[in-house]
Amino acid sequence: MKVWASHLAVVALLLALGFLLPPYHATNMARIMVLAVFAMGYNLAFGYTGLLSLGHALFFAAGIYAAGLPIWHWGLGAAPALILGLLGGGIVAGVTGLLALRTAGVSFMIVTLMFAQAGYLTLLYFNGVTGGDEGFALPASGRMLFGADLSTDLPRYLTAWALFSATFLATLALVRSRFGRVMVALRENEERARMLGINPFTAKLAVLVLSGAASGLAGAAYGVLFGYAGASFATIQYSILPMLYVLLGGAGTVAGPLLGAVLMFALIEVANDLTSAWLFIVGAVLVIVVLFAPKGILGALRDRFFRGLP
Amino acid sequence: MAFGPFLLLALMEGLVTAAVLALAASGLSLVFGVMRVVNVAHGEFFMLGAVIAWFVTGMVPGPAWLAFAVAVVVAPLAVAALAALADALVLKRLNYDPEATIVATIGLLYMLQQAALTFYGPDARPVAAPFDLRLQTPWFGYSGYKLFVVLAAGVVLAGIWALMTRTKAGLVMRATQVDRDVARAFGINVDRVYMGTFALGAGLAALAGVLIVPITQAHYLMGGDPLLLSFIVVIIGGLGSLRGTLVAALVIGLSDGVISMFFSPTLAKILATLLVAMVLVFRPQGLFGTRSP
Repeated sequence: MKVWASHLAVVALLLALGFLLPPYHATNMARIMVLAVFAMGYNLAFGYTGLLSLGHALFFAAGIYAAGLPIWHWGLGAAPALILGLLGGGIVAGVTGLLALRTAGVSFMIVTLMFAQAGYLTLLYFNGVTGGDEGFALPASGRMLFGADLSTDLPRYLTAWALFSATFLATLALVRSRFGRVMVALRENEERARMLGINPFTAKLAVLVLSGAASGLAGAAYGVLFGYAGASFATIQYSILPMLYVLLGGAGTVAGPLLGAVLMFALIEVANDLTSAWLFIVGAVLVIVVLFAPKGILGALRDRFFRGLP
Repeated sequence: MAFGPFLLLALMEGLVTAAVLALAASGLSLVFGVMRVVNVAHGEFFMLGAVIAWFVTGMVPGPAWLAFAVAVVVAPLAVAALAALADALVLKRLNYDPEATIVATIGLLYMLQQAALTFYGPDARPVAAPFDLRLQTPWFGYSGYKLFVVLAAGVVLAGIWALMTRTKAGLVMRATQVDRDVARAFGINVDRVYMGTFALGAGLAALAGVLIVPITQAHYLMGGDPLLLSFIVVIIGGLGSLRGTLVAALVIGLSDGVISMFFSPTLAKILATLLVAMVLVFRPQGLFGTRSP
């Protein structure tokens, strides 16, 4: 009960921020929430199930293009586009997983990396359809959701908030369910899980599909809310970003991805006043977290104070 | 040009790619073989080699060959020193845990890339080739320097092979590769072996970068493709097998040259990345490797 109350409080706080923040920060916060959806999807695979993927950009891009291309070519609306993004991410993750999950550990990382790279190059290769490197701006008709114009501040924030809250609470319910315990069991000791009668392959595949669906939803939302789709979203950087957020905030915690995304945005914002070298900060944070806080902020807090934190 | 000479040109270009790739990939393979570390920052060591070569050739007065000769020595040594530092400060403290080191080297990649952008700038800059020789075939003229690159890579690789199989240092490295705990029990300083291996691997990447820079120019993002291709080569050749790496570098380099020239470079890369994924899934020991126990 306490767990639900604290997580609902986070959701309520974010809703209030939408009305309190000045436009610049509200737009940033909308972006953070969409990227947090992506990171929460990543966290399901990496944080809870121990599947360290370097290819989640593929699922994010699958979502952005599954939503963006029908909008661009056929004038689809935003609501069906978001659903297409969710499905696109899930389906691509399922197909990738069928092959990649035959490997584990370092091989799994490299296989996912290679699939994502092949996906990125494919987007470039068919640049007549996808817009290639330059990408394309989503037309205004595709950015209307139930009569609200998503290119304006408040509807954009509320849409991002709604998608975030749905994913956030669904993640919480999932990891506290029976299947959530299966996921953690697979992370901690796959052999033992197998002896308990769990089929590791199908369970991991299911996790990867859920993870990919969340990533795809985030991609679709990013496209619809900010009005742009391009092949740069399929680059390795977009596989690293969710990993960074999750590692920083705390792998295997429900609120970790949000915390990591907020902190990284704040850090880059502060650093921007000092230097333009934001990539250096990303790199340094990765190294420092891995060296000194491998469990992330919430992971460390959980060890010390809040034993029951999901 | 007729098809025959065109194919010859494609194969020669592919041979140059293969030579540089074999150097860079053997560094990656060595590090993975001995230390079980997947070094994602390997491409940045390649880039640093090229960038340092640009700085050095700008500073050394005198003829082009002299400046280049200095760069060939200085750049790999500087990069090797940097790698040794990274090993001592980061990798060693992670106890060479495979997944943590990948994340850490991704961080290293970003830091090095940003450092190059800040201190070197976003432009691609040329380095003069050490000599200007043009070989005339009946159909096309060809740069003599490119053939020199192939030759130089061959000599260095032969040296690495001799180092690994004919010297005490190579023996110690191979012993550590087989079992680091037993090696430690026999009085081998494993920490020093690891540091040396990581430095050597980085130095090889840097040397490849120096050799390629008169052909392609130095740029702060130039590490991406070699990293990807080195990965491909090392995996197809069998992780940690130097001979497999060499064979795979030839296969990938030549087919990259041919497919790039007759179809498109992007298509060549798509096929290569998919090939790697399939090799890892269905034949994890590599096409030429033997299954490890």
